[in-house]
Amino acid sequence: MKTVEEIKAMIEAAVPGAVVEIVPNPSPSGQHSLRLAPECALAVAKFLRDDAELRLDFLSNVTGVDWPDSLEAVYHLYSVEKKHGPVVIRMKTVNRTDQVELPSLTPIWRSAEFQEREIFDLYGIIFTGHPDLRRLLMWEGFKDHPMRRDYREPDDYEYEPTAHDDVLKRAQAHQVSATGQPIPGQEGTEDAA
Amino acid sequence: MSEMQSHSAILADKPQGWNRPAAIEPQNEGELLEVSMGPHHPSTHGVFRMDVALDGERVIRLKPVFGYLHRNHEKLAEGQSYLASMPYTDRLDYICPITNNWAYALAVEKLIGQEVPERAEYLRVILGELTRYQNHASSIGFLIQEMGASGTPLMYAFREREKILDLFEELTGARMMVNYMRFGGCRVDASPGWLDRTRKVVAGLSGFADEFDQLLKSNEILMARTQGVGVLRPELAVNAGVTGPMLRASGVNYDIRKVDGYGIYNRFNFRVPLGDHGDVYDRYMIRMLEMRESIEILNQALREIQPGPVMDPKAKIRGLRPKPGEAYGRIEAPKGELGFYLISDGGPNPYRYRVRPPSLINLTVLEDMCLGVNVADVVLIFGSVDIVLGEVDR
Amino acid sequence: MLGEGIIKGMVETAKNFFGSYFSAERLTTVEYPEQRIAPYEAARVFPFLVFDSKNHAGGTDWESGLRCVACQICEKECPPKCIFIEKSKDKKPDALGRLQFYPARFDIDISVCMSCQICVEVCPFEAIKMDTEFELSTEDRFGGLLLDRKQLAKSNQYYHQIHPAEATGVDAKLAAEKIKAHAKVKITDEAKTAAIAGAGA
Repeated sequence: MKTVEEIKAMIEAAVPGAVVEIVPNPSPSGQHSLRLAPECALAVAKFLRDDAELRLDFLSNVTGVDWPDSLEAVYHLYSVEKKHGPVVIRMKTVNRTDQVELPSLTPIWRSAEFQEREIFDLYGIIFTGHPDLRRLLMWEGFKDHPMRRDYREPDDYEYEPTAHDDVLKRAQAHQVSATGQPIPGQEGTEDAA
Repeated sequence: MSEMQSHSAILADKPQGWNRPAAIEPQNEGELLEVSMGPHHPSTHGVFRMDVALDGERVIRLKPVFGYLHRNHEKLAEGQSYLASMPYTDRLDYICPITNNWAYALAVEKLIGQEVPERAEYLRVILGELTRYQNHASSIGFLIQEMGASGTPLMYAFREREKILDLFEELTGARMMVNYMRFGGCRVDASPGWLDRTRKVVAGLSGFADEFDQLLKSNEILMARTQGVGVLRPELAVNAGVTGPMLRASGVNYDIRKVDGYGIYNRFNFRVPLGDHGDVYDRYMIRMLEMRESIEILNQALREIQPGPVMDPKAKIRGLRPKPGEAYGRIEAPKGELGFYLISDGGPNPYRYRVRPPSLINLTVLEDMCLGVNVADVVLIFGSVDIVLGEVDR
Repeated sequence: MLGEGIIKGMVETAKNFFGSYFSAERLTTVEYPEQRIAPYEAARVFPFLVFDSKNHAGGTDWESGLRCVACQICEKECPPKCIFIEKSKDKKPDALGRLQFYPARFDIDISVCMSCQICVEVCPFEAIKMDTEFELSTEDRFGGLLLDRKQLAKSNQYYHQIHPAEATGVDAKLAAEKIKAHAKVKITDEAKTAAIAGAGA
């Protein structure tokens, strides 16, 4: 199994114009990743799948990550034939608001089909070239992207008997009901003893 | 360690790219019957919907729709500590809580570089293989029920499952939502009495597997309905990320217990059954054979387990703050490859917590397997994928 | 012969059906609620607060004997955040004689509690344990499933009844802690008297 530096060298040799950078992973797991520029990602992916030595024919996991300045898609690749892995590749979008396109790797690995749809649904990354990009877990017609860190969920905090922290703040708005009577279980120290 | 050989020539084929099967021409253009199978459906293993377009009885198009059980597990985990996510992992694949716990504990242990004592590893293997046995038995039971057997094999499978759940309750306190694994071992130790009772239960498991086999294996109706139905080619299976018994039924020799060798699986002598055709009958047979291999592993583990600690004394359970970094840990869950991807930013909560659900990825090829078959076969093919909605939707 | 497989299967079914009249192995159901299976010792349903009837505070009722000192660790670690604790303003002596806070309000919403038993695991004072009572359905969907301090407090004898081995272990541990605390007090007292004697000499 090759190290990340060797794989980077192989990619740069085989795919001209590929922009690859190593993202080190400080944890004991030692799973360093390769960040690809979106323009060359499809060609690099095809090389990774078809190269005789690497043969990374199995895409195990596609994850979306919400960073403060951009969104990211992380791909974990394994090889069923050679039984090695994981090789981690990542792609970042330009920003979180309007330039959120990334190339879809579904034409190379079919297993990205549902996972990229889920990332589109929950994060809002638009995968160009995906054959059927629509929402997966949320219903069609849902507006926001729930897994983003700035998502504000709808207000259904009427009954929260054991509220803490944020939930407490959102529940306090409901503490007096429409008739002006306090809702049972939510007034101050009422001890049944 | 002998392994059943399969056609290795299958894997010599070049992998193919994006390949959808050719569209099947309906006899009457524009007159397709569109049926929504689910979400209230006795055969869909949970709240799952398939939008099926039919030409008479043949399936022309099938789109799976799910998300009815989406409970926002991944975002909840970002708001609470690593320990607090452990009970939620029980509820992912709710038929196999032990393996979900184990995958999460493995991922966190990879993230923090935590060692696990040997007795804890043996207990994990014992409980994991018991879980695999009862999952495969129940899965076959559900498949046969969808074929119309009114639940008799299912109830026999559940009878064995009850014995295993009683063992879980005695050890961990709960039958299903066990919350047993911790980062660095297991929560409580097993008493010698529990191990004896487990040995007695395991001694009865192979007799049950024989009975189950005799009940079903040469049943003509089963063979007629499942052989040749829902064939999945190995190249498509690998390319689509299919794992678990479905992948092995198509002839691909990939079992994460052998490939990664996580835990102490390298010490056990067990075979990996492979299928020849990749149809529903093969998936049923693979699950039966894997049940027997689980019994093998259980016997070996119950013989070899030694007294000792079950938790690393230096392991921190409360207030765990891993250093920044990320880790992807995966195990061979009964349904496929269950992986957890964790990104830590040094705080008490994970920055990103991702579950790689085997059931969801296995559903990628559902449409491919179901094109051109009758509606009755769709139910069977779907049952042979063996999904559980808690995992698909999280 | 066509149908042979089906007949073999029917033999299995017949074996199970007729066998259920003779062997308990094949008859696996009980007629609940007339017949009940005793729960395992480790079984857990919802939490309850333990109180000691013989305690330093002098009283024998549940309020003075609660082991809980309102440290709020269980509240912080509870995954679905179903515990709500309000600390008292004053202190009362605990089992070791030290003055501790006590919970003025301790609510558990059992419609939210998922019986994960993390609160039991993290409690440093052996004050909260898991009950085995599960027939708790009520007609009031909101307040009826919110258990307060009084409904949660159950005695140590009850704890011995439902989890005998565990309760004996907990009692032994608390007794050992008490001995250690007394030994420390004795050493401090001896040191003090020695210092006074030394100063006086």
